Amino acid sequence: MTEPRNVVLKVRGLSVFYATPTGDVRATDDASFDLYEGETLGLVGESGSGKTTATSGILRMVSSPGRIVAGSVELDGVDLLALKEEDLRRQRWSKLALIPQGAMNSLNPTMKISAQIADVIRTHTGKTPPRDRILELFQMVGLPGRIHDMYPHELSGGMKQRVCIAMGIALNPRVIIADEATSALDVVVQRVVAQTMAKVRDALGVSMIMIGHDMGLMAQMVDRIAVMYSGKIVEIARVADMFARPAHPYSKILIDSVPSLTQRQALRITGGITHDPRNPPKGCIFQLRCPYAAPQCREPQPLREINPGQLAACCRAEEILAGTAQAREIADA
Amino acid sequence: MGRIPRSYLINRLITLFLTILIAATLIWVIPRLSPVDPADIMLGRMAAGAGSVANADQVLAQLRESFGLDQPMIVQYFKYLGNTLLFDFGLSTASFPTPVSSLIARALPWTLGLMILSVVITFVIGNALGAFMVWERSPKLVKVAIPAAMVFTSIPPILSGLLLMWIFAAQLRWFPLTGAYGLMVEPGWTWDFALSVLHHGFLPALSIVIVTFGFWALGMRGLMITVQGEDYVKLAEAKGLRPRYILYRYMIRNAILPQVTAFALKIGLLIAGQVLVERIFAYNGMGKLLYDAILDQDFPVIQGVSYVIILMTALSVFLVDLIYPFIDPRIRHEG
Ligand SMILES: Nc1ncnc2c1ncn2[C@@H]1O[C@H](COP(=O)(O)OP(=O)(O)OP(=O)(O)O)[C@@H](O)[C@H]1O
Ligand SMILES: [Mg+2]
Repeated sequence: MTEPRNVVLKVRGLSVFYATPTGDVRATDDASFDLYEGETLGLVGESGSGKTTATSGILRMVSSPGRIVAGSVELDGVDLLALKEEDLRRQRWSKLALIPQGAMNSLNPTMKISAQIADVIRTHTGKTPPRDRILELFQMVGLPGRIHDMYPHELSGGMKQRVCIAMGIALNPRVIIADEATSALDVVVQRVVAQTMAKVRDALGVSMIMIGHDMGLMAQMVDRIAVMYSGKIVEIARVADMFARPAHPYSKILIDSVPSLTQRQALRITGGITHDPRNPPKGCIFQLRCPYAAPQCREPQPLREINPGQLAACCRAEEILAGTAQAREIADA
Repeated sequence: MGRIPRSYLINRLITLFLTILIAATLIWVIPRLSPVDPADIMLGRMAAGAGSVANADQVLAQLRESFGLDQPMIVQYFKYLGNTLLFDFGLSTASFPTPVSSLIARALPWTLGLMILSVVITFVIGNALGAFMVWERSPKLVKVAIPAAMVFTSIPPILSGLLLMWIFAAQLRWFPLTGAYGLMVEPGWTWDFALSVLHHGFLPALSIVIVTFGFWALGMRGLMITVQGEDYVKLAEAKGLRPRYILYRYMIRNAILPQVTAFALKIGLLIAGQVLVERIFAYNGMGKLLYDAILDQDFPVIQGVSYVIILMTALSVFLVDLIYPFIDPRIRHEG
């Protein structure tokens, strides 16, 4: 992990807002990060922190009342957000695939499983894939060949999830985004599907963004973790650094809430997001809940490099790392 | 999928038969609740024609006998049932002694033709418009024009018929006012006749289409909005499939399913709506036959026509039941 690596996906200043009658919800606000070739980046944060919204921005699939307000998403140097619609369509799936959050309902109920994989291959390559190619994809994700002619309602949840993974790798994309690909499954199946995903990823060397609540599972699956809070990325670091010495107070709370690295547990944070997402506080997004809030936290907090490979959006990150940060210095706003 | 299991088929056939039996019974019972005696009516008509009828009592008894009204109710019922199942509805009282079945046989092709034409057109147009109202890539014009055209949906078919007749037949003279085909053409398998039939059928069909397509369009619109929000449509877009392919294969294909069911159930109502339209355009179909029979209190014809209408509805429900599992893989031939 020391040699310089190619950036596959470069996200800069991505902002996606939802219009509501009482103002814009800043669901993803000024998000910037790089995804390196062959790496898996975990994106964690509590429910509603904007993870799904960020991916829909990257895929340029934000639908009303949402809109992409600003930013760029460069995939191999091509800005997806600036592409013409038809060019964007060609890039989709062949370069950037999605394993969706709701895999249960992500398959067309009136189409055979094989047809739903074949149609995306046909659209992007112009050729109908032979039956063997579909069976090969099934095999890669551990699906039996007999589902070839089945319909989605004849499959279990875990099988549908695998179909989505098989579909995701069908065109050998550069990047796969997996949005909580396992959280709708029961715990045993979750583990198996996650392993399948890791196996396939390693076999293909594809870069991946993995979204999840489960810090323990993340620790096993990803290379780096980005932590989101209320639409902002507050810290990005390698897994080991993140768990050993988180630099942002919010990451610290997240890590502390996981009993041990090997024990898997969903994020459990008391309080939740306390401010109105339409009207975030000036300066640091976390100041209202931060145990270390200080007067300077009312200034904007950009992501900055604290250590090599570790970025945090906190003016007191060094103090926190050194263990010298004093408790809350300002009164509640 | 594939073949229809025999047990399912038998099951549906029994249901179909029971429906027809109940319908036939109701058709028999209801007119008998009326105080009007068909033999009296005929006698009255004769009297009106001839001034007076000699030995009226004898004629009345004879008429009763010819209608079988002199027999006990239960005998009448089973005789009726047996005859009805064989499409023998007796003799018309208004155009005595023409058998009802031959009146129906003459009218049915016209009604079926007009109905199939207008129903298919309205179903296709209505659903297509409903889908295009929702589709994001439809031209702006479509999204403005369709809701405006929906105004017609609130017009009763009798008014739309009169309106179209007044504009296109009376004023513009593009289409004939009435009839199912021109007086000058000889019925037969000729181009002239076919053209004449189309020319005459256009306005009646249009007046049905114009008031019914909105029903399908509105239903389809709601279904499309639901389908549009489904995860599989979002994923289809992420897959980079072509927009038109997504529209047909992922959206319409799923949204249309409940419409097919509604279609079967609507057939009966469509026929009812067609009665008045046929009447306005003096179109020689079942609708006109039924209308005239009601005016003439011609019970055998009313019964026969009602029976055939119910039979058509039951048959279409039966057909949809058989076909549905082929278009929705989640439904199986069961029960
Ligand atoms: N259609 C919408 N209209 C208004 N607000 C929305 C809409 N969709 C999402 N939001 C808001 O955007 C914020 C981010 O939502 P998002 O779905 O991205 O969260 P998430 O991090 O993916 O959550 P989860 O872990 O539950 O999937 C939330 O505050 C949510 O209420
Ligand atoms: Mg989400």
